[in-house]
Amino acid sequence: MIAIIDYGVGNLFSLKSSLAAIGAETIVTGNPETIRRASKLILPGVGAFGDAAMLLRQNGLDKSVIKEAGNGKPLLGICLGMQLLFDYGTEYGQHAGLGLIPGSVRPVREYIPNGYKIPHIGWNALRFPTGKPVSPLFRHIREGDFVYFVHSFCGADCEESIIASAEYGGLLPAAVARGNVYGVQFHPEKSGDVGLNILRAFCEEGETC
Amino acid sequence: MTTKRIIPCLDVKDGRVVKGVNFLGLADVSSPVKLAKFYSGCGADELVFYDITASAEGRALFTDILKEVASTIFIPLTVGGGINTVKDFDRVLKCGADKVSVNSGALRDPSLIPAAAKKYGNQCVVLSVDAKRVDGQFRVFAKGGRIDTGLDALEWIRSGVANGAGEIVLNSIDTDGVKNGFDLEMLHAVCEVVDIPIIASGGAGCAEHFKMLFHSLPKVDAGLAASIFHFGEVSIPDLKHALAADGIHMRL
Repeated sequence: MIAIIDYGVGNLFSLKSSLAAIGAETIVTGNPETIRRASKLILPGVGAFGDAAMLLRQNGLDKSVIKEAGNGKPLLGICLGMQLLFDYGTEYGQHAGLGLIPGSVRPVREYIPNGYKIPHIGWNALRFPTGKPVSPLFRHIREGDFVYFVHSFCGADCEESIIASAEYGGLLPAAVARGNVYGVQFHPEKSGDVGLNILRAFCEEGETC
Repeated sequence: MTTKRIIPCLDVKDGRVVKGVNFLGLADVSSPVKLAKFYSGCGADELVFYDITASAEGRALFTDILKEVASTIFIPLTVGGGINTVKDFDRVLKCGADKVSVNSGALRDPSLIPAAAKKYGNQCVVLSVDAKRVDGQFRVFAKGGRIDTGLDALEWIRSGVANGAGEIVLNSIDTDGVKNGFDLEMLHAVCEVVDIPIIASGGAGCAEHFKMLFHSLPKVDAGLAASIFHFGEVSIPDLKHALAADGIHMRL
């Protein structure tokens, strides 16, 4: 059972539906006990970093997520949920994140030339970093496959954790990983078959073959 | 770099796709769910669903269908028609829409744009504008293009963007249905005043028109059409391959 963590941020309909479409059993929950019992966790999110981090803390879910991830439970952060995995964010002031992936979250504007529209919105291709093995998260897709992005902020100072980037005037982190903790800046639940294949790979994480 | 987007638009009335759809090999050509699946399967980058129902029953049916579509296909969905309040945003977003398009609702109450943008983010708010040349000016029309609002389209778009619209759909009434190509002149004028994604609508009759659109106006992000896709006059996979062969960045 995969727990989709519900802390009052964003709309979980499409995420739940996309997981159902690949046959995954999910439960949308904000209950620490359910999170403890789940085999995997997904941390979604849209909106501003500070508000989301506060809501997560208010419900004590930050502790649950940090604890379960620390125990080796596979965790996938999506969009703002990925950004929350970092040490801190800089959207409307500095706010602490979960500290599961070293780095911070900064405006996309700082990394790309003028003339590129912000937010970075639309379909963009995944580039895998050279000199690293392809992440298990991408075992069912290929480099150059397209995924759907919508964001104005991005991961920063996280070079070591990057498992995929997207070219948008500069290279923006598209996905990060550290052990059992994964984060994707794009929306796999809105990225057609490529997105479903990424979710499928996450669902297979930790399963014995 | 993000790709240019090709977007089919489906008008839904009382739970069925209207405006005539004519596909070979599709048994139920007016089923929104089947059509959405078909388009997603052939590479549409996004879908727009336009609710043209007037009745409350029809509206409830529309949200049921939206839910079914959003649990079946997993590409971005934009929903428009009958969006007059922030509550309407909530209603369709809960059913799996990613973006909500406002037109007459924002003309009646311009505060709808900032209110929705504040609650759901600019990227969620699409300002759809029906415009037509009147006395040497691009004029905003309301009620599906029937009523001249007297508003200058470029001014209306500029203020919409300043208030939080994250994307513009520009439908030129002058070129709509004529199939002689997009209204490049009007689109160019809009490109000059805003710095957010612009979706061109109205006038596409063949693949060549999309080529002209993207080559002559690099700031346009997407081309939207309805009947030429529905009637199979232009097939989306053929179109996307032709555009890619012509040097336009496409998701293939």
